[in-house]
Amino acid sequence: MSDQSLWTVFLNASLVNNFVLAYFLGICPFLGVSNKIETAARMGGAVTFVMLITSVFVTGLNALLAAIDAPYLGLISYIAVIASAVQLVEMFIKKTSPALFRALGIYLPLITTNCAILALALFQTNRGYGFLQGIVFALAGGAGFTLALVLMAGVREKLGLAEVPDVVKGTALGLILAGILSVAFMGFAGLGG
Amino acid sequence: MTASSSNLPNPPGPPTPSTTPAPPVAVRTPIWPMYRAMVGIGLACGILIVLAFQWTKPIIARNRAAALNKAIFHVLPAAKSSLTFRLEASGSFAVLSGKAEGEKVVYAGYDADGKLVGFAIQAQGMGYQDVIGVLYAYSPEQDAVTGFRVLESRETPGLGDKIDVDPGFLANFERLTVELTADLAAIVHPIESVKHGEKTQPWQIDAITGATVSSVAVAKILRESTAFWAPKLRPHLDDFRQGR
Amino acid sequence: MTSASDSLPTATDDFLKGLWRENPVLVQVLGTCPTLAVSNSVRNALAMGLATLFVLIASNAAIAALRKFIPSQVRMASYILVIATFVSIVDYAIQAISLDVHKALGAFIPLIVVNCIILGRAEAFASKNTVGRSLLDGAGMGLGFCLTLLLLGSVREILGSGSLLGIELFGPSYQDWVIMVLPSGGFFTFGFWLLFFNWWKKRRLGRAGRVAALTGAA
Repeated sequence: MSDQSLWTVFLNASLVNNFVLAYFLGICPFLGVSNKIETAARMGGAVTFVMLITSVFVTGLNALLAAIDAPYLGLISYIAVIASAVQLVEMFIKKTSPALFRALGIYLPLITTNCAILALALFQTNRGYGFLQGIVFALAGGAGFTLALVLMAGVREKLGLAEVPDVVKGTALGLILAGILSVAFMGFAGLGG
Repeated sequence: MTASSSNLPNPPGPPTPSTTPAPPVAVRTPIWPMYRAMVGIGLACGILIVLAFQWTKPIIARNRAAALNKAIFHVLPAAKSSLTFRLEASGSFAVLSGKAEGEKVVYAGYDADGKLVGFAIQAQGMGYQDVIGVLYAYSPEQDAVTGFRVLESRETPGLGDKIDVDPGFLANFERLTVELTADLAAIVHPIESVKHGEKTQPWQIDAITGATVSSVAVAKILRESTAFWAPKLRPHLDDFRQGR
Repeated sequence: MTSASDSLPTATDDFLKGLWRENPVLVQVLGTCPTLAVSNSVRNALAMGLATLFVLIASNAAIAALRKFIPSQVRMASYILVIATFVSIVDYAIQAISLDVHKALGAFIPLIVVNCIILGRAEAFASKNTVGRSLLDGAGMGLGFCLTLLLLGSVREILGSGSLLGIELFGPSYQDWVIMVLPSGGFFTFGFWLLFFNWWKKRRLGRAGRVAALTGAA
């Protein structure tokens, strides 16, 4: 059980060690879904929700795997949980908000391959977070992910109206922007102690 | 005869199952092939993983033991051999064979004559980026930490990862005082980190400029570890002398 | 995204396309997470590239061999199971070979499971082609991925640590561009390689006299 305070866990995962800008996780949706602020925010919300479910199940899974002494089955079970969680979220969104379902399109099932979620499971296990810490970690990670996406979308929306040279358009520009954002987030170092 | 003006392709029908013939009633692919595939693949995968794990387990254990040995002799340069001990519930120490690891394990170093030269203790805690794992040497005779090595860290390259190599930082651990109270129950002055250049007391650690968080983390790791182990080791030094 | 001479792709074509024309990272923009994360030194880039190459070849071959056995509804789940198995095997293999490399690569070895390249090739190629061709496809894509990782890794290591594969290149007076080994450096390096790649492509197409409709957005 890690001795980090909940506040530290939150600040660390959302700002200081932002999943996207510091750990390079979730880059595919970061570059792919960050063209409009609204879609970005919704994607962020969906990812946060999947992270929450994953975190809860991983805590339980780890206890189970420890009990049967089969640590090598960890990776495979995490990915099974994530795939199922995404399936659940997909069905839920389809039922409750068909408009959102259509807006997210292909990116919803792609959350399964979002490295950020699997990384959440792995980090949580490695750092020995307890149940409550895990939940805060998931919320913070999702919040940080959403923040990065929305920031990127905001900048890109503005850039859509500017004259950008051909060679740089698209992903290359997105990456350079991400680099600048990453440098900005380095300013959060040491926050939360 | 006028041909129809547009040659429409066949209107899309239900997808034809490629492998299994659909039963006459149902249009969807039957359930059995799905179960067969998932369970079959699941089993095969599980077996493969277990095999790989079992096959590499001894090799990995050997590698870890070798790495640990190297680190132990690095922090305890006077030692020529070492034994592993585990803290028992009663408070005394029992010798273990091989190079076990764990929360309640310490390594005792002996010189060529079999005399106890000190202990090598593993400790870990959260750094700036991720968990930092260290091995440090504790000398009951000198009441001090006398050696230090970073076992694993993923701190910021060029900044936090200096805790492993910065000579000024490492000099802190040549003799970091952890004096015990008269009743051997607690440490008089817990280890703390101070800003670079402000070290005045032998129990303080001079932090690295630009790597404050990593330095403070190291101080915290050592402080908590020594607070746990020093009071337990001092009263039971005989357990270790008899080990040789 | 298809080439002009797609009528009868040969075996060599299966292999070569992954290296340049359909490079998984630079053209298809897949597998960006590990590309950025593990490319701060040539040694790490090489290790990650080889590990991914192995998983790619193995999973492509396995999935191609099982393709008639897996119904369409459960194909994604099956692919992920197979990929996760090979990644677990690679994880233990690396630990057995070198603990140092394993520590350096850290959490990114298990993350090979969600490397979109592997899942992407399984879905796009291995599920529809023979084992032989899938092997070649996996090898080509894996090597293309490796190459890209090395391109990024060398730039980042030379500028950020003044070394190549641990060998110091410049004298002690060289001031490391530490930012290159930090996340931002990864983004910048990748962005600039893409930029160069796009420019190069545009020049070649412009020279051929064709009007290029490529603007870098696939």
